[in-house]
Amino acid sequence: MRIKLEKRPEPSRLMLVITPIASVLLTMLVGVVVFDALGIDGQRAVVDIFLTPLLASYKWQDVAVKAAPLIIIGLGLSIGNRANVWNIGAEGQYIIGALCAAGIGIAAGTSGGPFIMVLMVLAGIAGGSAWASVPAVLKTRLGVNEILSSLMFTYVALQVLSYLVGGPWKDPNGRNFPATAPLTADQALPLLPFTSVHLGVGVALVLPFLFWLLMSKSVFGYQIRVVGSAPNAARHGGFDSNQTVWLAMLIGGGMAGLAGALEFAGALKTINLGFPSGYGFTAIIVSFLGRLHPIGVLIAGIVLAVTYVGGQVAQTTVHIPNATAGIFQAMMLFFILASDIFVRYRVRFIPAAKSAPAAGE
Amino acid sequence: MDSAFIISAIITIVGISTPILLAGLGELVAEKAGVLNLGVEGMMLIGAIAGFAVTVYTGNPWLGVVGAGVAGALSALLFGFFVLTLNSNQVATGLALTIFGTGLSSLIGLSFVGRIVPQFGSVFPRELATDPIGRLFFGYSPIVYFALIMVVLVAWFLKSTRSGLILRAVGENDLSAHSIGYSVIAVRYAAVAFGGAMAGIGGVYFSLVITPMWAERMTAGRGWIALALVVFASWRAPRLLVGAYFFGVLMWLELNAKAGGLSFLPGAALIPSQFWAAMPYLMTVVVLALISMRDRIGSNAPACLGKPFLPAT
Repeated sequence: MRIKLEKRPEPSRLMLVITPIASVLLTMLVGVVVFDALGIDGQRAVVDIFLTPLLASYKWQDVAVKAAPLIIIGLGLSIGNRANVWNIGAEGQYIIGALCAAGIGIAAGTSGGPFIMVLMVLAGIAGGSAWASVPAVLKTRLGVNEILSSLMFTYVALQVLSYLVGGPWKDPNGRNFPATAPLTADQALPLLPFTSVHLGVGVALVLPFLFWLLMSKSVFGYQIRVVGSAPNAARHGGFDSNQTVWLAMLIGGGMAGLAGALEFAGALKTINLGFPSGYGFTAIIVSFLGRLHPIGVLIAGIVLAVTYVGGQVAQTTVHIPNATAGIFQAMMLFFILASDIFVRYRVRFIPAAKSAPAAGE
Repeated sequence: MDSAFIISAIITIVGISTPILLAGLGELVAEKAGVLNLGVEGMMLIGAIAGFAVTVYTGNPWLGVVGAGVAGALSALLFGFFVLTLNSNQVATGLALTIFGTGLSSLIGLSFVGRIVPQFGSVFPRELATDPIGRLFFGYSPIVYFALIMVVLVAWFLKSTRSGLILRAVGENDLSAHSIGYSVIAVRYAAVAFGGAMAGIGGVYFSLVITPMWAERMTAGRGWIALALVVFASWRAPRLLVGAYFFGVLMWLELNAKAGGLSFLPGAALIPSQFWAAMPYLMTVVVLALISMRDRIGSNAPACLGKPFLPAT
């Protein structure tokens, strides 16, 4: 018997939904085996990383707060990934967005209120888009590969953050610790009473549905889908590829900047050297695990947030380092990428006896 | 500025440049074959912990270097299986490899925190490296000389051998290479594995030479600098050597600026250390832009870089 791959005329819808779920389950299974092999209680580790945050209600707030930036960044990146524009600098755009919001906070001094909050959020979006516009200019004017340029600018953003929080923006009352002065109570985003769930979580819950409408109902959504799946048809149809690059980069950067501003103004209220947490990179996993679909991204963002929170749980229960959650996140991405083959191809099992003539085709 | 200061600066710069030189050299070969592997940082960390572990168990740092190379190559083959056999997206798979390597090395490294390893012996007689000038030439870790030899070998391989020509053809036009009978996938597997081995050895330079101990994430983002370096060198091995030492100078300036030790440079006190740290990335973007401007005439970037090999069947 041999296995033959047949290209499907249309990607399988069923497989599009099944493969992400299968990837998560397979990750858990392989996780148990690998961790046992390493001499760690694999079952306990996998339960703590994937299930405890969902089963223990006191962890739900943490999951919600961690999921918010992942969902928001993932939504923006999905647009670019659909159109084959590879913005992998979301981490940098996230950092710059947060810094712009922090700049507004510092300029506002002690004044606060909704006006300042809205200004911070808008500054975050503008900052993220501006940071993403550099790769966009380079791509559209000179044809510079956006993968490399957007990645390089992430590392420039890290240095900008390090300079600002350790220098001009350092909190004068902060005992020389490199961090910005914390936001006052009426500058920070409002919280759900008695929780740490801030307004940004609400934004992350609403945005996927707005993106869904945008992608399925608007000309813009149609343009993105056509450019991604049939670039030649798009060109004949009059869709300008430079325009697509710009839209993808500005939306991706703007969403990352928005996530940074919300994380700063909602969750952390200060920026220190630990602010860059890799959400911008993890959001790439989110967008793929969510199959580049807004609602999928919403679910995938929650799954990835669970592994972050679960990683912290496992740190105390089975004493494995926090970074271990990364092993699971990476495995999920490996499996989802590999399973693409089931979406695009039909797997046929051909009996050995009949395969001889078939081999000659 | 006396000569002793300059010599010690050069020795430091050659040392800190070595990991990015090795990792960059490996990535250059992979990219020349048309594969963009963003997992360099992860492969370096896997090499760093694997080589450290082997050295702890065997007491022999040479075996540690071999172990680092093998571990790096294996992790690269994992990447290769996904992108070459299953045709998955190279960018996303490479990022996954970095996240994976960071996590795996932290986990394995857990039982190696606080362990010590024996130092490398010198490849040259000790008497040669007693005075400063002697140290300048003969005082480095064996990995430094290995890196230099590999630069020459890779440059020669790519430029003057038949296999090098095939590798470049695969990266430049995979369909043509396939149609004249070369196995695109096999060549790419080999190039990716070589890239992993070099990244692994670059990584073990941190855990065996720079600070002979294990610490989580100890390569501190140098894998990304190595990726920048390949572009900065516009995919040429000799330029990679020059670029690595140039980036080394920038990294050295950053280290000194952090410690407030750049008093010999007029006006240096006004420049924050972060400026020097950002320079490799900014310069790389400038080089990218320059290459792309020249691109209309013809350039050096492999035409198939990052694209899957999809022969019509």
